[in-house]
Amino acid sequence: MGSYVPSTEEQRREMLNAIGLSDYRELYRDVPESMILNRPLDLPEGKSEMEVRNALRKMAAENTVFSTVLRGAGAYDHYIPSIVKYIPAKEEFLTAYTPYQAEISQGVLQSIFEYQTMIAELCGMDASNASVYDGATAAAEAAAMCRDRKRRVTLISATTHPDVINTVRTYCYGTNDELVVVPMKDGRTDKDALKALLNEGVASFYVQQPNFYGLFEDADELGEIVHAAGAMFVMGCNPIALAIMKTPKDSGADVAVGEGQPLGMPIGFGGPYLGFMATTMKNIRKLPGRIVGETTDHDGNRAYVLSLQAREQHIRREKASSNICSNEALCALTAGLYMATMGPDGMAEVANQCMAKAHYLANELCKLDGVKLRYEGAFFHEFLLDMPKCKEIEHALMKKGILSGLPYEDGMLWCVTEKVAKETLNEVVSVVKEVLA
Amino acid sequence: MKLIFEKSVKGRKCDILPKCDVPATALPEGLRREVAPRLPEMSETDVSRHYTELCKQVHGVNCGFYPLGSCTMKYNPRIDEEAAAMEGFTNIHPLAPKSTVRGALEVLDTLREDLCEITGMDGMTFQPAAGAHGEFTGVLLIKQYHDSHNDTKRTKIIVPDSAHGTNPATAAMCGYQVVNIPSAPNGCVDLEELKKVLGDDIAGLMLTNPNTVGIFDENILEITKLVHEAGGLCYYDGANLNAIMGVVRPGDMGFDCVHLNLHKTFATPHGGGGPGAGAVGCKEFLKPFLPHSALMDRPGRLQVRAFMGNFLVCVRALAYVMTLGREGIPEASTNAVLNANYLMQKIKGTFTPAFDRICMHEFVLDLSQYEKETGVSALDVAKSLIDYGMHPPTMYFPLIVHEALMLEPTETESIESSASSMSLAKPIRSLCTMRRITPRSVVRTKSRRRATRSCATPLHDRPASNL
Repeated sequence: MGSYVPSTEEQRREMLNAIGLSDYRELYRDVPESMILNRPLDLPEGKSEMEVRNALRKMAAENTVFSTVLRGAGAYDHYIPSIVKYIPAKEEFLTAYTPYQAEISQGVLQSIFEYQTMIAELCGMDASNASVYDGATAAAEAAAMCRDRKRRVTLISATTHPDVINTVRTYCYGTNDELVVVPMKDGRTDKDALKALLNEGVASFYVQQPNFYGLFEDADELGEIVHAAGAMFVMGCNPIALAIMKTPKDSGADVAVGEGQPLGMPIGFGGPYLGFMATTMKNIRKLPGRIVGETTDHDGNRAYVLSLQAREQHIRREKASSNICSNEALCALTAGLYMATMGPDGMAEVANQCMAKAHYLANELCKLDGVKLRYEGAFFHEFLLDMPKCKEIEHALMKKGILSGLPYEDGMLWCVTEKVAKETLNEVVSVVKEVLA
Repeated sequence: MKLIFEKSVKGRKCDILPKCDVPATALPEGLRREVAPRLPEMSETDVSRHYTELCKQVHGVNCGFYPLGSCTMKYNPRIDEEAAAMEGFTNIHPLAPKSTVRGALEVLDTLREDLCEITGMDGMTFQPAAGAHGEFTGVLLIKQYHDSHNDTKRTKIIVPDSAHGTNPATAAMCGYQVVNIPSAPNGCVDLEELKKVLGDDIAGLMLTNPNTVGIFDENILEITKLVHEAGGLCYYDGANLNAIMGVVRPGDMGFDCVHLNLHKTFATPHGGGGPGAGAVGCKEFLKPFLPHSALMDRPGRLQVRAFMGNFLVCVRALAYVMTLGREGIPEASTNAVLNANYLMQKIKGTFTPAFDRICMHEFVLDLSQYEKETGVSALDVAKSLIDYGMHPPTMYFPLIVHEALMLEPTETESIESSASSMSLAKPIRSLCTMRRITPRSVVRTKSRRRATRSCATPLHDRPASNL
């Protein structure tokens, strides 16, 4: 059995004696006898470190690690620089608790402050929080922060990631509020349908940019339509695209959110990821979660603290707008580290390469008979193809160590990142060609 | 120290990517960013030194004693990190065909089975990303259950006044009115107060046991029975599970659902405030209401975040459970309780426990009398500990004890850690009393409430031309 208890049997006896007990069982004398588990837990025997490592290696080996991933849909396989993998593994960052005690946590607080600043920059916004769980919960929290006493209804575009829609629906179910999905037209939000659904009860409208199909939405116009009806405009953005794309602020968004995973986190079978949220000064007090602020200490030195805490659950209890506490701090540190390592030019390069390579693959595949883009228009690094034999294509590529696009709605949703070389893309095209021949 | 933006030098960079090997595609005019984001421009040396400098200003469990009550700051084993960093776990896509992720599913199935056995539950989801998120998920189970019975008159959730702040906030997020009930003088649920509020408008009760003052509520069976008789369900806040594993199970206490903090009880690291994981377990009859991913799994169910949850945290927790196993899990809890009682025993000559009796894995000191006599507060004592290189205990919680300091040593501390903290207690007491509230850390951060800005202004502007 492995154990992390340092006390020797002799020391345990010594402690028991000091407390005035003779047996461990007496420690649990408040627990009614009838409830005590009078059998060993039905678990395997404990293992040594070496056995545990071997057992987990075996499980890890049962998963297929594809050398090329052409699947996105909310989890994006970007290149992670070595230093971005190494620094968050430092034990101090890894094992510290939430920075409640500012004097002993300046390192964590400053890393979050820097992350917040970078996210605000990326979104063109004034302020960011320290993170939420992921992009889907960021969308749900944004919907909650836009509601007031009169305006309760949340609108969300049908072009949003299905998990995001369902998560927002779940949060709305919680507070007994209504969620309405705005239909799409040709792969983008149907503006006429949006106009028809807006009224004085609508709190906010959410659109994903680029959307689930990879397409750029006409965000400026959507924002104008939403604002004309007096509702708030929320954009869920891909943070890599934000390096080159018009900022949500410039598109008129009141709140910008998104999935931060592309900023240095591995796809990791879905988590841990990172939800980012940024807004204007006007709405900062409505932001949920931790916010780190800058202040000065007694000697006039710069220092960082958890700020605006009067919004939060530990003070407002049932009147807090969210129950969220600290959540993905180490992921926020990772994202900040990634952005600092890549720099503004590096971030733009990642975005440009993703876009260029996705268009290259789309063009080449569309040269094949029976393959075409389902929706026309500008896209970023994902695109939905109408193509026959999706399952066969998935299978054939898998044999080459390539994870294909996602079979979705009778087509295939492809994603290309900067990691994939032209040579590999050409290989994909020839495999698909062979399957379709 | 300088902010990362202040270390930025225009034109500096890390070389990470090769040149693009396909023709460029330009973003259409109206979609382009006008001004490049003002991110830092650094060499890799700059980046490495900056984060190393930050790292030196962080106190982790690896640095020293961390008796932060209610947070279970136990040692985070390195083997768990190694497991979570295995390529076969980090580089798998959540939407990859199931046949290619059998190992990952085995991780989740094994962990589910083990944690259900430890808690006495029948089903479990790993979708919630944190404790508070688990609470939300758990109470949503209760809400769906009542809705499925068209029982719409149940609009209230009972929360004791000793509860974590997340409990009432969670109830509110689930559309429930919160009914606070005062605790009995011993910090446990007051049965008479409970009976007063029970009725057909009660959806359920949220409770942690042992409670937030570190006492196991001996009336727990009566409590859960009363709630069930009124038609409500019982939700177990797993924040304090570290006291009781292998000894008594929430499922056997009468709870219907439970959330666990894998980052507390199951030794996954706190990361300076996440990522953790808030697994939610439930009894058989609530299983149909567990959340699922619309895209991965099945539509038509609720879900609380995208995909499957914080999977890599689950890998760490599994490594931990596998290591401890059948004997090690109860051993961990017993020693957590032993350590807490020993520390309380030794410290009580200097500071006064709020409840002078056998405690569970944590205990609360009540400094209100001391504060009255000397003017020295719990805050002063906590901050003094920092001057001695120890992380302070939790302060001013639970709310039912004034001038509270809450200590949780955990099982991974040795008798020497207790001894060193006790050796600090007396000098700190006399020092604080002598100086009347001037430990250095307090002086240093007197103005800490006046935060002035939440974002830095990066120091240089960049033109849009490089896009």
